[in-house]
Amino acid sequence: MRNLDHTFAALADPTRRAILARLALGETTVMELAQPFEMTQPAISRHLKVLEDAGLILRRVEGTKRPCRLAPDATREVDAWLAMLRKALSANYDRLDGVLAAMGPAKHAKKRKGRR
Amino acid sequence: MTKLSLKTEGDRFVVVTRRFAAAPEAVYRAHTDPKLIQKWMLGPDGWTMPVCINEARPGGKIRYEWSDGNGGGFYLTGEFVELVPFSRIVHVERMYLPDPTPDNHVTTTFAKDGTGTLMTMRMSLPDAATRTAMLQSGMEHGMEAGYVRLEDMLQLRP
Repeated sequence: MRNLDHTFAALADPTRRAILARLALGETTVMELAQPFEMTQPAISRHLKVLEDAGLILRRVEGTKRPCRLAPDATREVDAWLAMLRKALSANYDRLDGVLAAMGPAKHAKKRKGRR
Repeated sequence: MTKLSLKTEGDRFVVVTRRFAAAPEAVYRAHTDPKLIQKWMLGPDGWTMPVCINEARPGGKIRYEWSDGNGGGFYLTGEFVELVPFSRIVHVERMYLPDPTPDNHVTTTFAKDGTGTLMTMRMSLPDAATRTAMLQSGMEHGMEAGYVRLEDMLQLRP
C-alpha cells in the first residue's frame, strides 16, 4: 500500500522529480543518474531511498549495481484491468440481450420441461 | 453501454450490475444452459467457445474453453457452490493463462425489475500478478478489435 504522505513528500523535491523524469526514459544505474545532476553518488542514493520508500521506484541487484526504474502505477493498473473487464462484459451482455430476445417466454417454458 | 455498472468494493471486490429486458427465469437459464452460454459468453468479436461444460447443481463442474479461431485461446474451470433457481448462483472459477489464476469467488443474483431483471455479480478483485496476466492476454484482443474498427473507418472515407 502506498502512503500518500510519503509520496507527496518524495515529490516535493525538484531533484527527485528530475530523477523520476530521467527514470521515465528507462532503467538507470546510480552512476548514470549522478552525472547529469552533478551530485555525489551518496547524495543521489539518499534521494533514491526516499523515492523507494514512497513506492515510486523499484530497485534490483545486478552484481555490484542496483539499477532503478519507475514503479508501475498501481491505481492506473487497476483502472486498466477494470476497463478491460468492462469492455469484455459489455460485449457479452449486449450479445445476451439478443439471446434473451430470441428465447421468448413460450419457448422457454416448453424447452425447460423437455430438458430434464 | 450505460446499462452496465462496474464498481470496486474496497480493494478486494468488483460489483457489476446490468439490467435485462427479460424475466429472471430466462436470464438465469442463459447463465446455466451450455447451448445458450455458448451464444454470448464470448468476449471480443470473433471468439468462440467450442467447449462448454456447465453442471448447474451444487458441486457441479464448470469448464469453458475459448478459441480465437487462429490456434489461440485459453480456458477456465470452476465448481458450483450454491444455486437458487432463478435468483442466485454462487460459484468459484479460475482461468488458465496458462498458469491457473487464484480462485475467483463469484456470486450472481437475478432480481425481478419491472418486466425485466436486475443482475448483480460480485466477484473477487484479482491480485496484481493476475491482473497483469489478464491484461496481457486482453490487450492483444483489444488491439485486434481496434484494427477492425480502423478498417471500418477507412472504408467509410470517400
